Amino acid sequence: MTDVDAAEPVKSIRTPISITYNWSAGVQAGQYLRGLLEGRLVGSRCPACHQVYFPGRGVCPTCAVALTDAVELSDRGTITSFCIVNVPFLGQRIKIPYVAANIVVDGADIAFGHLVLGCEAHEVHMGMRVEAVWRPPDEWGPSLENIDHFRPSGEPDAPFDSYSRHL
Amino acid sequence: MRDVAIVSFAQTKHVPRTNLSTAELLLPVIGAALAAVELDRHRVDFWCHGSCDYLSGQPFSFVAAVDAIGAWPPIVESHVEADGAFALYEAWVKLQTGEADTAVVFANGKSASGDTRRILTLQLDPYYVAPLWPDAVSLAALQARVALDAGVVTEADMADVVARSRRDAAANPCAVVADADAHEDALLAAPFHAEPLRAHDCPPPTDGAAAVVLAAGDAARDLCERPAWIRGIDHRIDGHDIGRRNLSSVPSARTAAERAGVSGRFDVAELHAPFSHEEVLLRLAMHVEAESFNASGGALCANPIMATGLIRFGEVAARIHRGEAGRGLAHAMSGPCLQQNLVAVLEADA
Repeated sequence: MTDVDAAEPVKSIRTPISITYNWSAGVQAGQYLRGLLEGRLVGSRCPACHQVYFPGRGVCPTCAVALTDAVELSDRGTITSFCIVNVPFLGQRIKIPYVAANIVVDGADIAFGHLVLGCEAHEVHMGMRVEAVWRPPDEWGPSLENIDHFRPSGEPDAPFDSYSRHL
Repeated sequence: MRDVAIVSFAQTKHVPRTNLSTAELLLPVIGAALAAVELDRHRVDFWCHGSCDYLSGQPFSFVAAVDAIGAWPPIVESHVEADGAFALYEAWVKLQTGEADTAVVFANGKSASGDTRRILTLQLDPYYVAPLWPDAVSLAALQARVALDAGVVTEADMADVVARSRRDAAANPCAVVADADAHEDALLAAPFHAEPLRAHDCPPPTDGAAAVVLAAGDAARDLCERPAWIRGIDHRIDGHDIGRRNLSSVPSARTAAERAGVSGRFDVAELHAPFSHEEVLLRLAMHVEAESFNASGGALCANPIMATGLIRFGEVAARIHRGEAGRGLAHAMSGPCLQQNLVAVLEADA
């Protein structure tokens, strides 16, 4: 017989949850992901406002219009803004300090985030021109991680007007 | 109280599985609902969305749907982590406040992406119930067993519901299951799937979306010749603890029906009953009399989870718009074993 009153109160329980998903990215995002498998950056252009979204998406969020035009983009672009990460955190894989930057690749109208290496962190600046450094093709998957990082391309800085509306 | 009406309804041609993204799925449906009343999206005062992140396994995935409504210039929008019918209720309240005269309610469900039975388990009490993993079909089977043993539902009743639903669905191009020759005897001869439920007593996996336009007063009259006025609407919730509920009755449906003004005979009734025995329980609880029940085929013939309840409202409204009905009852549920019930009475102008 157990004496319930003498038992230690239960303070916590572990309830593992596991659900498997088979999620469809959608038609446009699918083109973007398949492009990455081939080492290409593919965006989607809105037929109404002509903005090019990268990563590709199915609907223009400004116009509420279906995006059907896939557009091939350069893997070279401009840093619009950035953050120098100095704080260590759990799960960190890159040695601090490192730079997380918003990059607008040539041809796109929206920035995405990626890592910038190949220069001192304090040298990174708005308008800096960068180019992608790809992992070896046999390591490619449907992911922007196929690009290991961006490095300075050596080109002169992009004029402020060319990226000011992406800030 | 302001007079608020459903003036337009659109839904996808539902499929067992779609490869479209949420926004790609919603865009044409919202477009169709707006086009039917020639309402420009910039003139919509309020947008309200119903969906469930657990179906996609991604937190805040509902935000992706905002692409489909074009949030520029900035809009007023809201989201409920529930069936679109509850988003409709929120939009109705918004219109009652006078802060909006028009609203678009939209809902989507891509349940084929995950194991819906297990996903719905996660809505249960996380300490005592969910860790036992009672999945959605097993819980429905439990309720069916209780109802059968209590004598309020019979196997024949359940077969009748399925046969009628499948026959009626033959006239619904949006349904995923339909059978003009469905017959009770053949259904009763089928093997059990989760006793006492047979596979046909359960809803078909469905991906789809729906949208409805609400408008108040003169805005409704300007947009639609024959608005489906929401004369009464009410939402009630039974206890969360399955073990404490008497599963052979649905008290919250009874109360919601009374408060929504359910009385007399309806031309049409659309009840959100993904399992056959649930329709019987709901009809008993709400004392509904109608010329037809789930003439669309109901959730048994198309169950785009999170849009299914909204579609019940839309189907009733559409029949009123077309002049096929003057008075209808729409019902939506949420939670395990009909825990929550939303009931509305829709009427055309006299």
